[in-house]
Amino acid sequence: MSDATSDTTAYRPPAPPGPLRDFWNSFRENRGAVIGLFVFALFLFIAIFAPLLAPYSPSEQFREHLLQPPAWSEGGNWRFPLGTDPLGRDMLSRLLHGARYSFFIGVVVVGVASFFGVTIGVIAGFAPRWLDTLIMRVMDIVLSFPSLLMALVLVAILGPSLINAMIAIAIVLQPHFVRLTRAAVMSERTKDYVTAARVAGAGRLRIMFRTVLPNCLAPIIVQAALSFSTAVLDAAALGFLGMGAQPPTPEWGTMLAEAREFILRAWWVVTFPGLCILITVLAINLMGDGLRDALDPKLKRS
Amino acid sequence: MTAPILQAEDLTRHYEIKAGFGKHAVVRALNGASFELTPGRTLAVVGESGCGKSTLARVVTMIEPPSGGAMRIGGNPIGAEGASRDRALRAMVQIVFQDPYGSLNPRQTIGQTLMEPLKLNRPEVSSAEREQRARDMLGMVGLRPEHFDRYPHMFSGGQRQRVAVARALMLDPKILVLDEPVSALDLSIQSQILNLLVDLQERLELAYLFISHDLSVVRHFADEVMVMYLGRPVEQGPKEDVFTNPRHPYTRALLSATPMADPRRKRNRIKLEGELPSPMSVPEGCPFNPRCWKATEACRKNFPDISGNTHRYACFHPVEPGEDGHPGAG
Amino acid sequence: MSLLEIRNLSVEFATASGAFRAVDGVDVTVDQGDLMAIVGESGSGKSVSMLALMGLLPWTATITADVMTFDGRNLQKISPRARRQIVGRDISMIFQEPMSSLNPCFTVGFQIKESLRLHTDLTRRQRHDRAVELMTLVGIPAPEKRLSAFPHQLSGGMSQRAMIAMALACRPKLLIADEPTTALDVTIQAQILELLIELQETTGMALILITHDMGVVAETVQRVSVQYAGQRVEEQPVTDLFENPHHPYTAALLAALPERATERHLPTIPGVVPGQFDRPQGCLFSPRCRFADARCRAEVPVRANAGMGFALCHYPLDKGVPQPRKDTA
Repeated sequence: MSDATSDTTAYRPPAPPGPLRDFWNSFRENRGAVIGLFVFALFLFIAIFAPLLAPYSPSEQFREHLLQPPAWSEGGNWRFPLGTDPLGRDMLSRLLHGARYSFFIGVVVVGVASFFGVTIGVIAGFAPRWLDTLIMRVMDIVLSFPSLLMALVLVAILGPSLINAMIAIAIVLQPHFVRLTRAAVMSERTKDYVTAARVAGAGRLRIMFRTVLPNCLAPIIVQAALSFSTAVLDAAALGFLGMGAQPPTPEWGTMLAEAREFILRAWWVVTFPGLCILITVLAINLMGDGLRDALDPKLKRS
Repeated sequence: MTAPILQAEDLTRHYEIKAGFGKHAVVRALNGASFELTPGRTLAVVGESGCGKSTLARVVTMIEPPSGGAMRIGGNPIGAEGASRDRALRAMVQIVFQDPYGSLNPRQTIGQTLMEPLKLNRPEVSSAEREQRARDMLGMVGLRPEHFDRYPHMFSGGQRQRVAVARALMLDPKILVLDEPVSALDLSIQSQILNLLVDLQERLELAYLFISHDLSVVRHFADEVMVMYLGRPVEQGPKEDVFTNPRHPYTRALLSATPMADPRRKRNRIKLEGELPSPMSVPEGCPFNPRCWKATEACRKNFPDISGNTHRYACFHPVEPGEDGHPGAG
Repeated sequence: MSLLEIRNLSVEFATASGAFRAVDGVDVTVDQGDLMAIVGESGSGKSVSMLALMGLLPWTATITADVMTFDGRNLQKISPRARRQIVGRDISMIFQEPMSSLNPCFTVGFQIKESLRLHTDLTRRQRHDRAVELMTLVGIPAPEKRLSAFPHQLSGGMSQRAMIAMALACRPKLLIADEPTTALDVTIQAQILELLIELQETTGMALILITHDMGVVAETVQRVSVQYAGQRVEEQPVTDLFENPHHPYTAALLAALPERATERHLPTIPGVVPGQFDRPQGCLFSPRCRFADARCRAEVPVRANAGMGFALCHYPLDKGVPQPRKDTA
């Protein structure tokens, strides 16, 4: 072979690519996923540094600049690049701060849903048949409600607030994690290395969470990424219906709701929050698809 | 001759499976196996799929309790429940699986895999010593020290099987159950692993329970042989006796069906009619009777008990030495 | 003229981490009624070369060959449509896993009749009769009844028989059997091998058996081609190969057979088959070869003549002793 760089030390095989490199190689093949990753990174950056980036406080009102259009259209002003809302608050500042809320909602909801979902899923995967059946039937019941309706009912019981909305969304999302984890656990637990761990003397809990669970993570990570976008979207929807974050919180869905009556007069007050939701959700979904291609060999295109 | 380390008497293992609504069927996966394992010697269990050899491996390794019969390890009885929870006894029997790709945890480095049994069973061993022992073991199975921190996916099948052997040896077991340890490997790798196992047995005085379907490997590797058919041992004894003078028709057929790498050998295959029955519907009487050319009325009614001194077989009409197979052979 | 002729076939796969050469300059010649085997370990490219012939490789594979003719027709030149006509009718293939090579959604009868429908102009009635005839031919009891069985209702041995029936449906001139008995039990393996030989004799078709099992080779075929790391390293009639292997790899492989062992320790071949990242220079077997010297590690060997089993080696063996090559400079 002419490309072999090894000289006199005849037989020194170069190492095959490591798992991370392998992952990145297949992730990189999906251009949409890479774009999604960059947009998501930008979103994360904005969420962290919103107070430094935003020109004004999100709740500061400029009484003399009510419903001012964006800077580039007629009557605009570069003091407020994206215009102001009906109360004279700077749109740009509010949107930047809104990213914080959306990110916070996504992280908390996915964290809570995946923690409980994965735990219950692992238990169901190892449980005796009756307990497994019980858990899965309860999850089926939760899944059989339209998710937004279910969240609405829960919020109606708990009372409208951002925290309660997040709890409701987490409960709605959690059965997906349970199902996925259980399926993955079921297929892993029959493998020889699990038996080997048992012969080595590993207890049940150790087998469940130290031996089997790490090998089930790939589909769970993908599900987490896709749930993140669902959480952002559902929170916005609840906010829009007045059941989520309450005004004057600069949450994107709530902003949409506040601006409902100005849709015809001031396009920017609805367009920009809507665009923010659209771009964020699209980016996360693209990234999630790429993750699935790279992590889940069953769905890999050969 | 040294005293046996494991004695099994009439071991059975039944499974109950659901067969439609409310109905239950019993699968007799293992039915009345008696044998002994002696330090430094190898008992090979031979048979085709569904003969119960893997179930036997799981029962001996105490992964599953036997449904009946008795098993004693180093004199300590292991009952249906009994001492199977006893860690010290468990540690004495370890297993190597067939598939080197499924038997190592993909998320653990080789070092972690080797240290895990010690961590769980010998908490008094310091972590420094644990690592030292694992590194020593790597050398013992012919791997290099730099393999310690690598993950299984970077290894070939043969190297993984070496790791699996090393893991099984970490607790200084007395008995090693080898469940088809070389049948997933290429020929050139198979001989490497077999040699390693021979060396380890000599060095550590291990008793092997070697499960295989490959008669030529068994002939090379084993001291004693047990042939199983549909959950029952049909013939067992010293290797030379079983291979040169098979008495059970099934053993005879199995031997003649095994391809030999000698193109000049005259083909004298005993052609068995029919398929292996499923373990869920074992024929009445001798389980082999529907495929046997010597079967009589007695074979269809009664089960022949296994009898004999060192060379035991379960057949009403054993093949006589020098008898020339059955009419269909040739 | 030979039935199948392949010269210098190479197959390269594009993978995420670079090109991987699975088959490297392989020649295959099969005459009418030939009974040959291609042996090799995993990674030797023995299946890939035959899949390339059948046109069954994914698009990531690049196939090159100097000559690829079947029955006088150039397979590289003809249209994909004409090629599909040949593959499946004149060339058939059976695979290792009988359970997964039958479509579980359709009955066995439907699947046999489908290939008859695609490749012949028999009527519905004739197709049914032919299917029954085929099932009888491969020794399936109660063929009429089994035609309407689904694959999961058949055992492994029966599925493989059904696969063979399907492969024979259009009276192929060449049957390629890719590890047909590896997944089966020994007694069933004997039945299937016997059936294949019998069918080969009665129909006069050529049979290529792909396997890793030296025992199966010795008992079944007339001619053997040995592959290693994508190259054909030796080809000989079966008795000569087992008695006097000319390539050190074949010799080492045969010595490693447990049944040939004379002592407790088996002779081994050190190391592993080279993969994508560790292909050596010179002779591909040199890192594992007992006889290799500096020349083997630096220069790619040239093929020896027929008398030396076409061995791809600088110093082909004769009776276990390396010989200096006379036929090359």
